[in-house]
Amino acid sequence: MTGLLEVESLTKTFGGVVANDNVTLAVPEGAIVGLIGPNGSGKTTLFNSIVGYHPVDHGSIRFDGAEISALRVPEIARLGLVRTFQQTRIYGQMDCVRNMLISVPHAEEDLWTMFSPYPAETTERAGELLEFVGLYEKRYMRAGELSFGQQKLLEFAMALMNAPRLLLLDEPTAGINPTLINDLIDRLKRANAEIGITLFVIEHNMRVIMDLVEHVYCLAHGELLAGGAPQQVRQDPRVIEAYLGGQ
Amino acid sequence: MTSQLEKTILYAIALAAALAAPWLFPNFATQIAFLWMMVLFALTWDIMGGQMGYNSFGNIFFFGVGAYACAVVQRDSGLDYFTAFAVGMALAAVIGVAAAAILGSGMLGLRGHYFAIATLGLGIAGGEIASGWDYIGAGSGLETPLYPGEIGAREMFFAYLFFVLAVASFIVLTRLYAGRFGLAINAIRDDEDKAEAMGLHTTRYKTVAWCVSAFFLSLAGGAAGNMIGFIDPRDVAFAGVTFGVWMVLMAILGGKGTIWGPVIGAMIFHVTQELFWTYLLGWQRVALGLLIILIVVFFPLGILGWVRERWPELFDDTADEAGAVERRVGEP
Repeated sequence: MTGLLEVESLTKTFGGVVANDNVTLAVPEGAIVGLIGPNGSGKTTLFNSIVGYHPVDHGSIRFDGAEISALRVPEIARLGLVRTFQQTRIYGQMDCVRNMLISVPHAEEDLWTMFSPYPAETTERAGELLEFVGLYEKRYMRAGELSFGQQKLLEFAMALMNAPRLLLLDEPTAGINPTLINDLIDRLKRANAEIGITLFVIEHNMRVIMDLVEHVYCLAHGELLAGGAPQQVRQDPRVIEAYLGGQ
Repeated sequence: MTSQLEKTILYAIALAAALAAPWLFPNFATQIAFLWMMVLFALTWDIMGGQMGYNSFGNIFFFGVGAYACAVVQRDSGLDYFTAFAVGMALAAVIGVAAAAILGSGMLGLRGHYFAIATLGLGIAGGEIASGWDYIGAGSGLETPLYPGEIGAREMFFAYLFFVLAVASFIVLTRLYAGRFGLAINAIRDDEDKAEAMGLHTTRYKTVAWCVSAFFLSLAGGAAGNMIGFIDPRDVAFAGVTFGVWMVLMAILGGKGTIWGPVIGAMIFHVTQELFWTYLLGWQRVALGLLIILIVVFFPLGILGWVRERWPELFDDTADEAGAVERRVGEP
């Protein structure tokens, strides 16, 4: 399978713990792909490896055909591969608009742009995206004062502001109330369909997975157990066993 | 919320008072020059320490570099006083900025406490190197040329020179903080890992922040060497225990991470310090220490930080949704 993101035989160990063992998967351009697995199965480690947070032991990671496993975090981000964090990360002491403005893509920046003001379109775009996630009324609030769910939405909006080609979302619906989850699913789908961002989503909520993704991978104990359409993966006996801990 | 007109009037009054001060109190001209130097110290420290969250104890290094660079040009160039001084100041700025760029690209990979400790070494190393280097006078220091004007003119000249330097750094920083640069260093302060994950050129912004700081500090160093008339490697140029510590204290006292905080902090600090010297001689260090403890205990966020917590509306921190005031962000 070829794709925008291709991970091949990726292995990552921490001392004696094998967090990812020979993982191979692909995320095609324009798709929404899910990643599930019990706690501690190595999902976030896989994300961290992809975005260059730590060096990998073996294997290759290709983004748009180019090897990225030796690049550093900001370099990978500037290529258009951006992630959000499980423990939501925003710039707490800055207001929402400023959070958005500083999240513009940085690939084309030189020394001169560092000192130049933002063009009006950027400010407009920030407003649009805040509107898109429903935070426009709170745009001058300090981000640290928003509720956890709102911070998640802000982080999502910041990621969109960055105009990535591929967005890795680490549990986007964790800690968000059930009614807002539907909203968020809708927004994720729209970001994919209207803005054209490919999504790769870690998620525990099976309802979200069923509703959102076309293809899902399941990790357990660092190994890739299964991959396929959500309906199919859900009924895979190995996946059920991994989740329910069958003996 | 003050209107634009009120603000302009307030600025005009403050500016007029500052301009008139050396004329009205010529005996205090040197004190006034030192006051502006303290303002510049606090403002430039706050770029890294307040806005970017990188506590530097080595900024005094650039001050020392500037002092020596300027004095060497004045000693060796053979030009008349003002030309040599101008050339010296220009060279001081260039060397200061270059030093910050080189040191920054190496040291700014360190974070938090590690960076603070490394910078602590920087100031001390500067003093040690300078006191062992014969070309710049080694331990016996370097004398700057005599000011050519009549009696009193020298004090007046430096009072206005430091006023210009302090105001220039204030204006430049206000502009920088309002734009992309300000947002970037604030983002680094709030969550550097996040900033990296978003692709921000963090190292570049951090290095430039230090260069801006070094630019004004080395100019201040060049001017201070001439104002004091004698550059001692440890007590004037690389005076880590006095100037180097004060710049941190003043920014914290006024409220770090704000533009007016360091200005207010520097003024209060300098005035109280002078009063302690005058009225509590022998106990001035004790009084200063007590003041610092009181500040840290009762105003941990600094004076402006405390005001900001109490009256957020004065700072445009409009938290309520209905009253959100339209503000222009990112435009100077």
